Amino acid sequence: MEKYAVYVPRLIKRKEKFAPGHRACIGCGEALAVRLAFKALDNNIVVANATGCMEIVASQIPYTTWHVPWIHTLFENTAAVASGIEAGYKAMKRKGVQVPDNVKVIAMAGDGGTSDIGLQALSGALERGHDFVYLCFDNEAYMNTGVQRSSATPYGAVTTTSPAGKNSIGQFSWKKNMPEIAAAHNIPYVATACHSYPFDLMDKVAKAASIPGPAYVHILSVCPTGWRSPTDTVVKLGRLAVETGIFPLYEVENGQYKMSIELPKLKPVKDYLKQQGRFRHLSDDIIAKIQERVEIEYQKLVEKAENGSKRAKRKSKTGAAKIST
Amino acid sequence: MAKSESELTWKDLEIGCIVTEPGSARQYETGAWRSQRPTYDFSKCIKCGICQLYCPEGCVEQNEDGVFEANMFYCKGCGICAKECWTRVITMVEEEEK
Amino acid sequence: MTTRVGIEVSIALADAVKMANADVIAAYPITPQTHIVEHLAELVANGELDAEYIPVESEHSAMSACVGSASVGARTFTATAGQGLELMHEVLYIPSAMRLPIVMAVANRALSSPLSVWGDHSDMMAVRDTGWIQIVVENGQQAMDNILCAFRIAEDKRVLLPVMVHLDGFNLTHVVEPIVFPEQSDVDKFLPAYNYPLPLNPDRPVAMGDFAPPVIFTEAKWAQEVVLRDSKDIILECWNEFGKTFGRQYFPVERYHSDGAKVLLLTVGSFGETAMVAIDKMRAEGNDVGQIRLRLWRPFPFEELRQAVKDADILIVLDRAISFGGPGGVVASEVKAALYNLDKKPRIVSYVAGLGGRDITVAAFEAIIKNGIEIARTGSENEYEIYGVRG
Repeated sequence: MEKYAVYVPRLIKRKEKFAPGHRACIGCGEALAVRLAFKALDNNIVVANATGCMEIVASQIPYTTWHVPWIHTLFENTAAVASGIEAGYKAMKRKGVQVPDNVKVIAMAGDGGTSDIGLQALSGALERGHDFVYLCFDNEAYMNTGVQRSSATPYGAVTTTSPAGKNSIGQFSWKKNMPEIAAAHNIPYVATACHSYPFDLMDKVAKAASIPGPAYVHILSVCPTGWRSPTDTVVKLGRLAVETGIFPLYEVENGQYKMSIELPKLKPVKDYLKQQGRFRHLSDDIIAKIQERVEIEYQKLVEKAENGSKRAKRKSKTGAAKIST
Repeated sequence: MAKSESELTWKDLEIGCIVTEPGSARQYETGAWRSQRPTYDFSKCIKCGICQLYCPEGCVEQNEDGVFEANMFYCKGCGICAKECWTRVITMVEEEEK
Repeated sequence: MTTRVGIEVSIALADAVKMANADVIAAYPITPQTHIVEHLAELVANGELDAEYIPVESEHSAMSACVGSASVGARTFTATAGQGLELMHEVLYIPSAMRLPIVMAVANRALSSPLSVWGDHSDMMAVRDTGWIQIVVENGQQAMDNILCAFRIAEDKRVLLPVMVHLDGFNLTHVVEPIVFPEQSDVDKFLPAYNYPLPLNPDRPVAMGDFAPPVIFTEAKWAQEVVLRDSKDIILECWNEFGKTFGRQYFPVERYHSDGAKVLLLTVGSFGETAMVAIDKMRAEGNDVGQIRLRLWRPFPFEELRQAVKDADILIVLDRAISFGGPGGVVASEVKAALYNLDKKPRIVSYVAGLGGRDITVAAFEAIIKNGIEIARTGSENEYEIYGVRG
């Protein structure tokens, strides 16, 4: 029996930082992911939120869904705002101003706010090494504005700006590999997660917050509205995304890749694609093409993880040899 | 917040429209959006709390009997809890049927 | 004891930020602002200023980081120019609406295209309506003094608004001037440590930057407008206090032989000092001319302007930017609007000159004033005149 069946209330914090009364769509996977992610964090945080679904649903003057300090300014600048918050606290603390200790800055944005319009600000903040956690809640399109394609939209998916037609299969490009871009900054911690694996998600977010320096967690969040799927299949679809290898769960800790779940055999991508309206039009040829690509990408990742663990073993051996001499 | 949005004057607003009451959105009844509602056969409930874990609203609460139930003030009726419940405690029914 | 030193204006301005004991500086390099932020980076590196210097990857992020820093209550500074101010444009509206007291020096620069790193006021005019308090300085001393005033005004609990200090790129930023440095102890008294009333703090969670539905947006904007308009009294109070402490007083509309003069020239920025020489010369030749200089651009000093021009028959307004396809001079257009409903008002002649670093000499000012008087008397088909364009 899986870990979470033991008795959930004992394992997670009761208090919701992201309270009920938010205006997310019915069955919103992103709201679920946000709720879970913030259960993994303590109260000593400040949240910088990009414009997007989670900002809109949680805020409307004079109300807020949040129980922790929260700021929203614009769409593309969240990592920069987080940089300023971190620097402000650091300077004031050093100068003896009365501020709480060890405040962790959490930046959060959607896939558009991260991999498209906010990429430059994010890259800058990661490169500068600010002590913050960046959470990307990826629902694979600009859902807040009505399901337009982003660079995180998967190949073949229909959105309002990547419609299928006589000359189009839908999204014409492959999903931008945002976690790898984050990892290329050589930051201490990068991970992928999904709300369908809640304890894995919470462990990763908690770990990200515990590591000094920048950490990036990319969280797949199922969007029934944009994916044209039934609201009750949100958790199931997230599982299928992982089990088919479409969205592998892994960590990159200090450059070391580690797969989070052992999948001896990937499920066919068809099992995942056929349950969503956005892929309904895809021909068997296209599905086969996606299958091939998914397997190649998944294998690359597995090899990175295997090479990493071999390297680690070698290192520990040489270390042992030194001690014996 | 004593006044509703439509009653607030410009003088009532905090500096920079800052909201000072954490979680004040709890006043908003999202349950009104619901077209389906969960119904429960608690005799099957093993009190695992999986429904609470997967609720996007965070509105599932454990009652005095130790079983889990959605707060209808917030429940939007997505049906995730019904789908994920191991022991099939929850059945979604049309809101009109009650 | 104060010290008078010959120093580049950018360096003195950065020293003022040091004396203000800023906590966070987030900046991106752009000519002609670079010397300001280079010197600040140096002060931080040497431990002379205890601050976080964030070398951001763009001006958009510079202002965004400033917003973050100010939102937790840190004293925050940045500087930019021209294109940099334009890249920031979207973010500029945030601290004014969210009431975050950031101070920014703008080394005024032309806007591309064609590329020009040299000075004019196109950048200043493009950010006119961003809700910032905007002060214009004409020399290095004023720059240094007004950086200190800017922090005090911005952080006043009755204000809590961001402040821009405009200084002309190159003509001011890159010149060496004799500047009186105040005593640190006087600065500390003038500018005490401040506490932002509602910072982002886990001990007392608040939400900043909620969205506004139509039912509340007008109220939010009106609250912002009222505080900016009312900030004028606090600005005057601050300049008054500065005058008492440091012996140099500033006014929203500065006057030079303007009382009773029938012809007035209005300038904005450092060229006002060149214009003074022309005014002196013309007065010595028996002409009844005077000058007024706009120190406070936002909030606009309606009363002070009306008072300053009440005896004049002709008012020539010099702009260093073009409102394309519109009234030409932006300042002239605002001055016209400010005076239009008065029963007695001067005839207004709008001139544009000094674009993209082109000099306006004393002789040029004389010509502008003389031609301006002629145009005011005979009338012109043009909405505005451009000075010194060939062909």
